[in-house]
Amino acid sequence: MTAARQTWQVSLRGVRALLRQPGYLGITLTQPIIWLLLFGALFKAVTRIPGFHGGSYIDFLTPGIVVMLAISSAGWTGMGFIEDINGGVMDRLLVSPVWRGALNAGTVVYAMLTIVIQTTVIVLLAWALGADYKGGVGGVLILVLLAGLLGAAFASLSNGLAVLTRQRETLIGAVSAVILPLTFLSSALMQQNLVPSWIRSVAKFNPVNWAVEAGRSAAMQKIDWGLVGSRFALLAALAVLCAIFATRAFARYQRSL
Amino acid sequence: MVLAIDAHELIKTYPPDVRALDGLSLAVRAGTIFGLLGPNGAGKSTTVRVLTTLTQPDSGSARVAGVDVLADPLAVRRAIGVVGQKHGADPEATGRENLVLQGEFHGIVGAQLRARVTQSLERFGLADAAERQAKTYSGGMQRRLDVAMGLLHRPQVLFLDEPTTGLDPEARAHMWQEIERLAGEERMTILLTTHYLEEADRLASQLAIVDRGRIVVEGPPEQLKSDLRGDRIEVELADSKDAGARVALERVSDLTEVKLEGRTLRARARDGSAAIPAVLAALDAHGVKAASVTLARPSLDDVYLQHAGRSFHRADSEHEEVAA
Repeated sequence: MTAARQTWQVSLRGVRALLRQPGYLGITLTQPIIWLLLFGALFKAVTRIPGFHGGSYIDFLTPGIVVMLAISSAGWTGMGFIEDINGGVMDRLLVSPVWRGALNAGTVVYAMLTIVIQTTVIVLLAWALGADYKGGVGGVLILVLLAGLLGAAFASLSNGLAVLTRQRETLIGAVSAVILPLTFLSSALMQQNLVPSWIRSVAKFNPVNWAVEAGRSAAMQKIDWGLVGSRFALLAALAVLCAIFATRAFARYQRSL
Repeated sequence: MVLAIDAHELIKTYPPDVRALDGLSLAVRAGTIFGLLGPNGAGKSTTVRVLTTLTQPDSGSARVAGVDVLADPLAVRRAIGVVGQKHGADPEATGRENLVLQGEFHGIVGAQLRARVTQSLERFGLADAAERQAKTYSGGMQRRLDVAMGLLHRPQVLFLDEPTTGLDPEARAHMWQEIERLAGEERMTILLTTHYLEEADRLASQLAIVDRGRIVVEGPPEQLKSDLRGDRIEVELADSKDAGARVALERVSDLTEVKLEGRTLRARARDGSAAIPAVLAALDAHGVKAASVTLARPSLDDVYLQHAGRSFHRADSEHEEVAA
């Protein structure tokens, strides 16, 4: 109860900042909108490759962009902690009796809220561009939820990395280095039977691919409950592991003070 | 005697080879203002970080508000308030939001929290700025918000780490009044670190001088000063180079370290005000005219010089050179 309350209080910091500057959300959306339009135009011909059976490319692409948006958005979560550390806020938080898990979980909840809003905008935009959500509203919600779970894992990783390194540059480097490879090593942009077999093998262990495949199945196709259920469980477990890593990072940070 | 802080032989090193605390021990009686005075880099902030559970010592032990900082840090965090050297408030949040967050973390909720936050904003003169973001506050207002946050949950022990560094003289005077009020009316235990001799002298009832990670001397400021050889007497002579003057003063009992530099005659006396009539009489008897006589009480600067073996300002600038 206390843990949930403290978590929400931490989330409120982000929520209030967002309400004060809602325009910020618009800025974060420009990149995924460009991806959607650019990749949508660039790879339109993919649908004519023999063996492609995803319907129109925008149908295929939308879940990929949603998931890509989730990880890139969540990746910056740790920036808040770096500012807190530099400004002295972190030290004050750490000498209060707040549960360390709440410091991480609160920012993760806020990151997930942001992701839900951002992905909803992208989903609606893709719909306007002709995306056909065969899974209906329920299917889209599952897609958004899976993206949010993956985002939660990335937000915790970002927090942990931020607290351990305390350097903006490291975080920027890590986020930039990770997003494109993880996206290309998944079925976000290209159907798996059309990629080299080694990529297919790697993708099996790629959390981004878990979210993309399950989300696509739920929102765009006839839902495969086995796939959605198992990927959901894997992503939830990953989110918990990453949260534990981030929470433990505080103790490491304190030892270095 | 109830000890609010009781630390033994704290040692803390930082890689590669910095010994920030080198066997520091400290005992602070409940209900007093204890000043930890020392130049930059002496180990004051490290001491505060250990005592507030922010970090752990390599060895040694400490109890704060009766609780072992290593065995039960959570209980210590519940009992203490901390105002750090840097601003602890979230710059993006308003004054009120910052206080509410602090209260929530200490388990104060609902109507009680709202009432206490409003009361605290009024007390620290922040009521009009309550709904403004902390980043728009002046330096003095930010510091008051920091202190308000440190006090919201009514801690038993308050840590003030260089609370007036960077404040203008007016804001500093206000902060001093507030600290005095806390100790006076609320009988709170306060550990104050400072590198202003003046601040330590004015606020602390008990003082420890820290140098190179150890406490070199400890006691009430007045006692530390009176433990020195006494007051400083300076006589400005009317005529330059009056050789008889020095001889005259050396005859006065109770005076030590008589020195003549140009027209200035310096000496120390255990009780300066009692020695002045004898000084004037002796000068008169030798036909020496004095233009002025001044009496200076020993300062903490003298105390520091005596115990750390170098002047305070020298130690401060030495550290900055190392840091730079």
